[in-house]
Amino acid sequence: MTGEERLTEICAAHRGREGPLLPILHDVQSAFGCVDPAAERVIANALNLSRAEVHGVVSFYHDFTAEADPRPAIELCRAEACQARGVEALVEAAEHAAGERVRIKTVYCLGLCSAGPAARIGSQLHARLDRAALLELVQSA
Amino acid sequence: MTTVRISDDALALACGADVIAEAFVAAGCTVERVSSWGMHWLEPLVEIDGSGWGPTGVDDVAAILAKTSDLSIGTIADHPFIAAQQRLTFARAGKTRPLSLDDYAATGGWAGLKRARMLASPDLIAEVIQSGLRGRGGAGFPAGIKWQTVAAAPGTRKYIVCNADEGDSGTFADRMLMEGDPFHLIEGMAIAAHAVGAAQGYIYVRSEYPHAIAKLKAALVLAEALIAPFRCEVRVGAGAYVCGEETSLLNSLEGKRGEVRAKPPLPAHQGLFGQPTVINNVLTLAAVPHILLEGGAAHYDSHGILRSKGTMPIQLAGNIKHGGLFETAFGITLRELIYDIGGGTFSGRPVKAVQVGGPLGAYLHPDQFDIVFDYEAYSAADALIGHGGIVVFDDTADMGKLARFAMEFCAAESCGKCTPCRIGSTRGVELIDRIRGRAQTSADPVAALPQMHNAAKHLRTHDENLQLLEDLCETMQYGSLCALGGFTPYPVRSALKHWPEDFGASS
Repeated sequence: MTGEERLTEICAAHRGREGPLLPILHDVQSAFGCVDPAAERVIANALNLSRAEVHGVVSFYHDFTAEADPRPAIELCRAEACQARGVEALVEAAEHAAGERVRIKTVYCLGLCSAGPAARIGSQLHARLDRAALLELVQSA
Repeated sequence: MTTVRISDDALALACGADVIAEAFVAAGCTVERVSSWGMHWLEPLVEIDGSGWGPTGVDDVAAILAKTSDLSIGTIADHPFIAAQQRLTFARAGKTRPLSLDDYAATGGWAGLKRARMLASPDLIAEVIQSGLRGRGGAGFPAGIKWQTVAAAPGTRKYIVCNADEGDSGTFADRMLMEGDPFHLIEGMAIAAHAVGAAQGYIYVRSEYPHAIAKLKAALVLAEALIAPFRCEVRVGAGAYVCGEETSLLNSLEGKRGEVRAKPPLPAHQGLFGQPTVINNVLTLAAVPHILLEGGAAHYDSHGILRSKGTMPIQLAGNIKHGGLFETAFGITLRELIYDIGGGTFSGRPVKAVQVGGPLGAYLHPDQFDIVFDYEAYSAADALIGHGGIVVFDDTADMGKLARFAMEFCAAESCGKCTPCRIGSTRGVELIDRIRGRAQTSADPVAALPQMHNAAKHLRTHDENLQLLEDLCETMQYGSLCALGGFTPYPVRSALKHWPEDFGASS
């Protein structure tokens, strides 16, 4: 199946739903790792929207990206509760260990605020991280 | 065969509950995955016949089964952290399997909905008003009045929207409820739907909560026939904090940019797709099934103080020894919460500051710890309860840096619709940097232009910069469209007021 066929299929799967754009974008992001301009065009056609409208939505939300990044990503929480438990002191070491191979992405809150510092890799959660545990996550990512 | 109960809440999983569960299965036990009791410092918590052990590791399994482990906390229900609570919304926490309809029905599930369906809409709403329930998302608007407005609004379609975009740092009650007791939320939504005559509901969950999304989707399939003709669907957010603001959330549900709408029109009149919409927080909707029980409204109203009625699931987080979920009636002091219940800081150092109400909440100084948990008491102290999250900081915290972070966060998450929030937050970061660094910046070339009559022509002094920050905060507070820009000054101003030394005042 070509990329465009897959896109058309995703759009068709959400036809008839109220406000289908976000569910479509989530599916496209997870299938292709990004929502690129070509995908925006197909989605805009399917929903009878302008490309500008679709692009406006894609660029608004942090979860949608214009380019795919194949590197493994560690989402590290750096919100207040994790700051209070010392996440800032771990960031530099984690970024150094990650280098160009792993992406350390900042998120604000994973809902594990009583057991921070916390991180997420996909749907795998990690809490009570110290320097050693975080570095191990980076190395095994 | 021994039955072992271990939570499958996201926090327990993050602490390694799955590995412990596997170890007990390997040891020949039956393992039941239940919701979390909310004693997060003890996770993974293992329960056998009502007694608990925690926090456990794989190495502790044999000793627990032999009853020789020193991790024993005795009977869980008698633990001081649990015994001191008044759990209405979280009555099932730790006790039931989240996706078991049998467990839910056996613990009084669906009784509120059954009784609600026998009541006429005005009587049902009157009970919600009588209970004194106020919106738990932060604004504290009376839930019954909102429902009444939607019920009376003309419209062919009406919607129930559950705001589960719990983005505030230090809050996790919505997540725990959705993961631990999803039917409870669904029941609350079905009651709201009956009250206002809505046929369709949406639960808008943030994408950072994959476990909650999975549980809710599964629960909705299981409960489909029980809540019919009401239909409900989970929608997933996309990483925008501002979508926790109700009008921005509605735009997001419609498939638009999550920009805030001007009010009026209120969502109760023109909400989702322009139709009358009830939009309530998870905790508000989850309080409803209890209220609709026989005598439930009066029971709920008997808790709390003054105009803050009922119970609040308070979340103890950050640098705290005993963090977790503590549901209690309004009226408890911050001192009791932090020291008596929370046990002080996790690091063992003195408490320096406490932020109540998420990233937009004020930092409270230990001198203010006698403040009682009450919507009005907090607003009188220029603070807010918000969603009930409490984040504790020890004396290593740099309040100037945290004030800067508040502005930085606002700049990153601003929807961009109104100027005070979009521009003010960025100028705020720059200004706090100047104040803290005392950097000698050259005079602003724009400010030096002849037509800029009101701009200072000299380099601003430290005090002038502080005055400018005050002015900026005032503009943001009163000029922003929504709470993001409007409340960001709370953490900034409170930090500046109580800890001026962290802004370079002493040097």
